[in-house]
Amino acid sequence: MEAVSKKYSHKATGWRLFLKTIIARAYPRIIGQQREISWMVFEVVMPMLAVISYVFVYRALNAPEEYIGFVVMGGAMTAFWMNILWSMSSQLYWEKEQGNLALYIMAPNSMMAILLGMALGGMLATAMRAIAVTLLGMLMFGVTFTVSSYLQLFLVFMLAMVALYGMGMMMASAFLMFGREAWHMANLAQEPIFLASGFYFPIKSLPFWVAAGASVIPLTLGMDAMRQLIFPTGFQFGFMTVQLEIYILAALSVVFLVTAKFLLARVEKLAVREGRITESRR
Amino acid sequence: MQTSTSWRSFRMAAWLGWVIESNWTDPFLFAVYSIVKPVSGAAILVIMYGIISQGNFDSAMFPYIYLGNAFYIYVGAVMTGVSWAVVDDREHYKTLKYMYIAPIHIPLYLLGRGVARFITGSIAVFITLAAGILFLNVRINFAEVNWLLFFTTLIVGVVMLAMLGLLLAGLTLMTVRHEGFIGEATAGALYIFSGAVFPLNILPEWLQPIGYFMPTTYWLELLRRSLVGNVAAAFPTLANFSDLQILGVLAGLSLFFGTISVYVFRWCDGIARERGLIDRTTNY
Repeated sequence: MEAVSKKYSHKATGWRLFLKTIIARAYPRIIGQQREISWMVFEVVMPMLAVISYVFVYRALNAPEEYIGFVVMGGAMTAFWMNILWSMSSQLYWEKEQGNLALYIMAPNSMMAILLGMALGGMLATAMRAIAVTLLGMLMFGVTFTVSSYLQLFLVFMLAMVALYGMGMMMASAFLMFGREAWHMANLAQEPIFLASGFYFPIKSLPFWVAAGASVIPLTLGMDAMRQLIFPTGFQFGFMTVQLEIYILAALSVVFLVTAKFLLARVEKLAVREGRITESRR
Repeated sequence: MQTSTSWRSFRMAAWLGWVIESNWTDPFLFAVYSIVKPVSGAAILVIMYGIISQGNFDSAMFPYIYLGNAFYIYVGAVMTGVSWAVVDDREHYKTLKYMYIAPIHIPLYLLGRGVARFITGSIAVFITLAAGILFLNVRINFAEVNWLLFFTTLIVGVVMLAMLGLLLAGLTLMTVRHEGFIGEATAGALYIFSGAVFPLNILPEWLQPIGYFMPTTYWLELLRRSLVGNVAAAFPTLANFSDLQILGVLAGLSLFFGTISVYVFRWCDGIARERGLIDRTTNY
C-alpha cells in the first residue's frame, strides 16, 4: 500500500537512469554465477580440455616451456571470446527469442546502457573463469609468470577488455537482425578466431598481413602484449612493441564503442520498422 | 510392421536433421560454414607443428596429428549430433513430447537425427584431408591405401560413435541445464584420451589406461594405419598389435559400449517418462 501511495518522484532520469540500467543489467550476470555454480565448473572444464590437448601436443613435439604458458594464457582468454560471442553478440537474439527484447525497447532506458551493463557483468563474471583456468594451468603444468611491468600489464588488459566488449556491443546490434543464423554465426566465429588471433601460438608466426588483419580483434594484440609482459622471453615472440599495441588498443576501444552506439541506434530503428523485435524464427 | 516403423523413424529423422542443419541459410554460406570451421581447427595444429618443427613436415608426427584430428571430426559430429537432438527437440523446438506420442521408435529417431551431422562431418573430414594432401604435405599414396581396412574401420567406428551418442542422449534426457555441455565435454575428454593428436604415451602413466579402454583410440589408430601404414609403426603405443588384433579390440569394445548404451538409454528413458522429464523445458 505504501509503495502505491508513494510519490512518483523517485523515477530516475538522465545519467542516473543510465547508471541504474547498467547496474541492473550487470547484476544478473554476476549474481547468476553464484546461483548456478555448476555452470562455472563446466565453463572452466571446457576450455581446460582444449588447453590440456594443446599442451600435450607441444609436449609431444618437445616444444620449449614458454609455449605451454602461451597455451594456458590463450585458454584463459578463450573465456572472454566465448563470452563475447554467446553472451554479448547473441544476447539480444536470445532476449528476442525469450520475449524480453520488446520490454527493453519499451522501457524508458537506453539500450546502450543495457549493453554496457551486459558487458560489465560479463567481464567480471568471465574474469573469474579466466583466473580459474590460469590457476589450473599453473597447477597442472607448472607454468610460471614473471611480470616485467605491472602498470603496462594492467593497461593492456583493461584496454583489451574495453575494446573487446565494445566490439561485442557492436556485434550485438548486428546479431539483432539475425534469425536462426545467430547461433550458427556465433558457432562459426570460434575456431577461425582462435586461429587468426593466435590463442595457442604467437601471432608473429603468421604472415604479417594476416596478423595485421587479425589485430582488428582486440584479443590478438592484447594477448601478444601480455605474452611479452608475463614471460621472460616473451618479447622474442612479440608481433609489435607493447607500447604500439597499447596505442592501437586505445584507438580500437574508441572506434568500437562509438560504432556500437551508432549501429545500435540504426539497427534498433530498422528492427522496429521491419517488425523483427518480437519476431521469433525458430 | 515393426521394420517399416523403424525404417520410417530413422529415415524421416535423418531428413528432418538434414533440413534443420542446412536450411538456416543459403547453400553458399552453408558450404563456407562447413569448410571454415574444421579447416581452421586443423590449421591451428598445423601452425603449432610448423613453429616447433621449423617447417619440417616430413616427420611421422605430422600425419599422425593431422589424420587423427581430421577423423576426430566424426566424434564431435556423430556422437554429439545424436545426443543434441534431445536438447534441440525438448528445449528449442519443444517437440520432443510430440515425438514420444508419435508412432515412431525413439532410439532410431535419435540415431536418425545424427545422420545429418554425419553427412556434414563427412564433408568436413573430406575437405580437411584434401587440404592436407593438396597444401600441407600430408602424404597419402592412394595405391598403397588399405581400402578394405579403411572402410571397415570407418563403418564400425561411426556405428560405435552413434551408439555412444545414444548413451549420451539417455543421460541428456535426465539432465537439466547442463545437457548442452554433456556431448561437448565427452568429445573434449575423448580427444585427450584417444591419442587423437598426440601419442598416448605422452599422457601421464596413470591416465593411459583410460585411453586404452576407449574404442576411439583403436579406431583412430586403424584409420591411420589404413591410410599411411608407416606412421603407425613410428609410435610405440600400439606398435605390438597387428591390424587384425586392433580391429578385434575395436569390434569388442564397440559391442561392449553399444550394449551398455542400449541399456542405459532404456533405463534413462524409463525414468524420464516416469518423472515427466520428456516435456520439461528450462529456458537455458
